Amino acid sequence: MSEMNIPPKAVIDTRALSKEYVMGEMVVRALREVSISIMNGEFVAIMGPSGSGKSTFMNMIGCLDRPSGGEYYLDGREVSRLGDNELAEIRNKYIGFVFQTFNLLPRTTAVKNVELPLLYGGVKNRTELAKSALERVGLAQRMDHKPNELSGGQQQRVAIARAIVTDPVLVLGDEPTGNLDTRTSFEIMALFQELNRAGKTVVIVTHEEDIAHHCNRVIRFRDGRVERDEKVENPTDAREELAKLPPVEQPVATA
Amino acid sequence: MTDSLRSAISAIAANKLRSALTMLGVVIGVGSVIAMIGIGEGTKQKSLEELEIMGSNRITVSPQRGRGGTGSDNALRVEDVGKLKSRIPAIKEITGVVSSRFSGQSTVKYGAFNKRTSVTGAEPQIQLIENARKMYAGRFYTQEDEAYMRRVAVLGWAVYEELFAGENAIGSTIKINNQNFEVVGVVDYKGGSGWMNPDDQVYIPLKTAQDRLLGTKDRLHMITMQGISPDVLTVIQADVEDVLYETRKSATGEELFRVFNQAESLEAIQTQSRLLSMLLAGIASVSLLVGGIGIMNIMLVSVTERTKEIGLRKAIGAKRSTILSQFLYESVVLCVMGGAIGTVLGIGATNMVAAAMQVPAVINTVAVFTAFMFSTGVGLFFGLYPAIRASALLPIEALRYE
Repeated sequence: MSEMNIPPKAVIDTRALSKEYVMGEMVVRALREVSISIMNGEFVAIMGPSGSGKSTFMNMIGCLDRPSGGEYYLDGREVSRLGDNELAEIRNKYIGFVFQTFNLLPRTTAVKNVELPLLYGGVKNRTELAKSALERVGLAQRMDHKPNELSGGQQQRVAIARAIVTDPVLVLGDEPTGNLDTRTSFEIMALFQELNRAGKTVVIVTHEEDIAHHCNRVIRFRDGRVERDEKVENPTDAREELAKLPPVEQPVATA
Repeated sequence: MTDSLRSAISAIAANKLRSALTMLGVVIGVGSVIAMIGIGEGTKQKSLEELEIMGSNRITVSPQRGRGGTGSDNALRVEDVGKLKSRIPAIKEITGVVSSRFSGQSTVKYGAFNKRTSVTGAEPQIQLIENARKMYAGRFYTQEDEAYMRRVAVLGWAVYEELFAGENAIGSTIKINNQNFEVVGVVDYKGGSGWMNPDDQVYIPLKTAQDRLLGTKDRLHMITMQGISPDVLTVIQADVEDVLYETRKSATGEELFRVFNQAESLEAIQTQSRLLSMLLAGIASVSLLVGGIGIMNIMLVSVTERTKEIGLRKAIGAKRSTILSQFLYESVVLCVMGGAIGTVLGIGATNMVAAAMQVPAVINTVAVFTAFMFSTGVGLFFGLYPAIRASALLPIEALRYE
């Protein structure tokens, strides 16, 4: 699948990464010394029951949260001890994050939403880049629509466009298909697979086996530790799956 | 910087209802303060102007009716005027006055028209004392008219309008209580009102009034005078009482005379208008507060939404300073727009109410500034407060905020 000429280089490299939360009198150890390497060009699914630490791990590698201990090398750079502003820059330039609940700015057009990371990155030709990102996710016709005028799948496409518009080394999805129906889920997975084939490193959290089977590698968490870490033989191709689904019912014109 | 301003403006445009409600708070606060203070000041000015119409620096003495007990002499006579004038140098002008106000109104007739009004008999100085310098037509009567007890009359504006309706009055003969008088002048419109309306009277020479019209002989209804400055009125008042009591005694020790000192009524008006201003300022403060609470509410209600929004903005790479400057711009733009609208509406309301109440519209710049500052301060505080808190959170904490 990834027979492209990508030098094997760790995009994500965590060493004994830990996270503890204090909840009242209790200390919850959400992550216990997790050491994982994810190479450039991999497509990884992170799975596990709720409370297993998979989302915590995701937030850690997305620099949305700070670890309590351990080290995290992102693209070769130790980022777990960086200051607020440096982290903002890392999030802006290296990471594209896709959320389960899309998290688009309401009452703001798709293209303006996609422009936002470019605005914070001080990029000049924002509208142009935002438009081409939206074209890439197949939303060329919906650029000036606001989130409430878009379906869930379309909103998630806008969110993906926003994640890739800065051309980050890493695209993260926290249950990106969690709020979507089967067909739309496959569409979104097809999009992630396209991005991955084009060379992006993609990591998603999911609790659905069939979604995880689209990836090259599945890492399973349990009780804050890595339980299993295995390659996927013959990952599902989302495009082929979509072709197998019954055609979309066309709305019947009523007289 | 321009990016922050631009994203602030697009955030304002994207949240029209929230923006409008926030602005409304500022508009109400600023507008009501301007209108309330404006109306208060206008009323005060109007009162002062009315006092001015009656003539400035005036002191008027009249007998205290039915006081002093039997055998007390509280009548004012023509000789008292001479005595006061010669003994008190701070008096600029002085005259004795008889008026039909004290003996029921007189009827003034011209042809088929007639009007009930008051006739004021006074020496020609009354023109200066009552500030009737501006003549609409003709002249005021003279010392000569006074000395010869001529039957001449000067009409107040209201009387002229009623009898002559804009026609020439000079040289015409009118009848006052069925006696002929020649109109020699008309005093210009002064804009008074009420029982002592200076426009609603006819001036005639004092002796003419005493001997020919009212029959008061050498008795006077009052003595009115003008001091050389507002500062000497209290001194004059004391001196006047000294001179009058030299030759008179009150059997019961009660006051024989009533002295009306304009300085006192000036003070009264000022006290009254200060009270009115305070009342209106109180109402305005409440409006300002209500506006402020409105701003606060709308900002606090949107705090969850805004915190999540800030979490998202941080997640995609916004720095804390970027977020703060965006929210600062947003608040400033809203407050300044609201303040400007409030100022315009407040000035408009002041003018409308002032026109309806027939008082001058006064715009107090200090009040405008203070109200503007207060509302903007409240807007800024409650606009920035959630941003300051949320932008200090880790992105994930802000995103999960409930």
